[in-house]
Amino acid sequence: MSRNPQLNEKGALQHLLTIEGLPREILIHILDTAASFINVAERDVKKVPLMRGKSVFNLFFEPSTRTRTTFEIAAKRLSADVINLNIATSSQTKGETLLDTIDNLSAMHADMFVVRHASSGAPYLIAQHVGSHAHVVNAGDGRHAHPTQGLLDSYTIRHYKRDFTRLAVAIVGDVLHSRVARSLIHALTTLGAPDVRVVGPKTLLPAGVEQLGVRVFHNMDAGIRDCDVIAMLRVQNERMRGALLPSEQEFFKSFGLTPERLALARPDAIVMHPGPINRGVEIDSAVADGSQAVILSQVTFGIAVRMAVLSILAGK
Amino acid sequence: MNLPDAEKLFEVLLESLRAHVTPDTGIVGIVTGGAWLAERLHRALGVQTPLGVLDPSFYRDDFSKSGLRHQVKPSQIPFDVQERSVLLVDDVLFTGRTVRGAMNELFDYGRPARIDLAVLVDRGGRELPVAAQYVGANIEIPPGKVLVLDRGPAGGLSLTLSDQRRRRLDIEGESEGKK
Repeated sequence: MSRNPQLNEKGALQHLLTIEGLPREILIHILDTAASFINVAERDVKKVPLMRGKSVFNLFFEPSTRTRTTFEIAAKRLSADVINLNIATSSQTKGETLLDTIDNLSAMHADMFVVRHASSGAPYLIAQHVGSHAHVVNAGDGRHAHPTQGLLDSYTIRHYKRDFTRLAVAIVGDVLHSRVARSLIHALTTLGAPDVRVVGPKTLLPAGVEQLGVRVFHNMDAGIRDCDVIAMLRVQNERMRGALLPSEQEFFKSFGLTPERLALARPDAIVMHPGPINRGVEIDSAVADGSQAVILSQVTFGIAVRMAVLSILAGK
Repeated sequence: MNLPDAEKLFEVLLESLRAHVTPDTGIVGIVTGGAWLAERLHRALGVQTPLGVLDPSFYRDDFSKSGLRHQVKPSQIPFDVQERSVLLVDDVLFTGRTVRGAMNELFDYGRPARIDLAVLVDRGGRELPVAAQYVGANIEIPPGKVLVLDRGPAGGLSLTLSDQRRRRLDIEGESEGKK
């Protein structure tokens, strides 16, 4: 069997491209390291010198605010130099190929690339191209994977629920277009969550999704009943082509998370959302702003998780 | 080589500190051995300031060479460092690099009035101009040997000497075993 392309010959993390196939020990190591970065934000000097002198290039071929900003903050709190490249407005529009762009940036001595791309697999291509000279972190590629989001969701769940091995987690909404859902499913099954459910209309669940080790529900009430964690997904209007959804109002009627529906889950259930939230489409404002929502904690934890990923990669 | 009883060295260290530590002193232990010692000193000396713990892994100078060596523990400094007298506690003082990292980290919490260093054993072999003000014992340890403080299930402290390098991350150990 060939080696996992994310791992080096010693079995340590060289690139972070997807959670799928990563050993449980590596996920736990990332979560534990993130925990030790949490209180850096509460100090006088919100920085540690781990990545002093290293250059991190944020390559965003697709727009993003939260992910790009939190990666930038994470790298800066590690004392790295951060260069943000908005490729949509740069040489690629002049016809340069992806790998030519990477070669040019490598010639500028980049140590790490954080890549967001609309095409699934683009970060793999870059990782193969740069080999062991630099590290690649996938910040979301097409419908494929968003590993740091899956990790920060796992961190959030562990923070509030402590133990994965007794949890029921419902992932609700547009699973078909969601790299967030795929990464979270792989993280949860690797970390030992026994009951992972996907909930959504047939048109928005990928065929064969149950092969990932999840239970499928087309009825929201049944899907979230007695759950410990409800992970809502964003309805991705910009990815929607054709008649997958009758209307936003209809989606909200069947799959929107309202206070009445939330009452079906366990009383101490937490509500997560990767943002940006569409109020009144997948989630009611009363829930998004309610006491069970941990959406803003996810953002805060996301910085520590990304610090953990960057520092573990940089140290190898 | 005969190693002294760690509990006796602890008593020596404790007595040397009595006249100098006040209830306002901020005691900070370096993980893991230093944190065990700091916990006991904090109790025995009746210090009012809450106990601090530092893991200077993020401040090490060999990070780009060795990565994160072990499971990093969160640092906790639950008091205001600004203008306070701080007592840094570690088990074994060797090259001085860990202490340098710990002092750098401490300064990211504020500017202490002064920092003193207390160690159970000073084994020599310094690579930086670092000195301990309070020492349980000076013991010559040959280079290449590792002196480690252990804590038993009942909390008793003991010293052991080994040839091995400090244990690497469990993950690496496992993957090496699989090969």
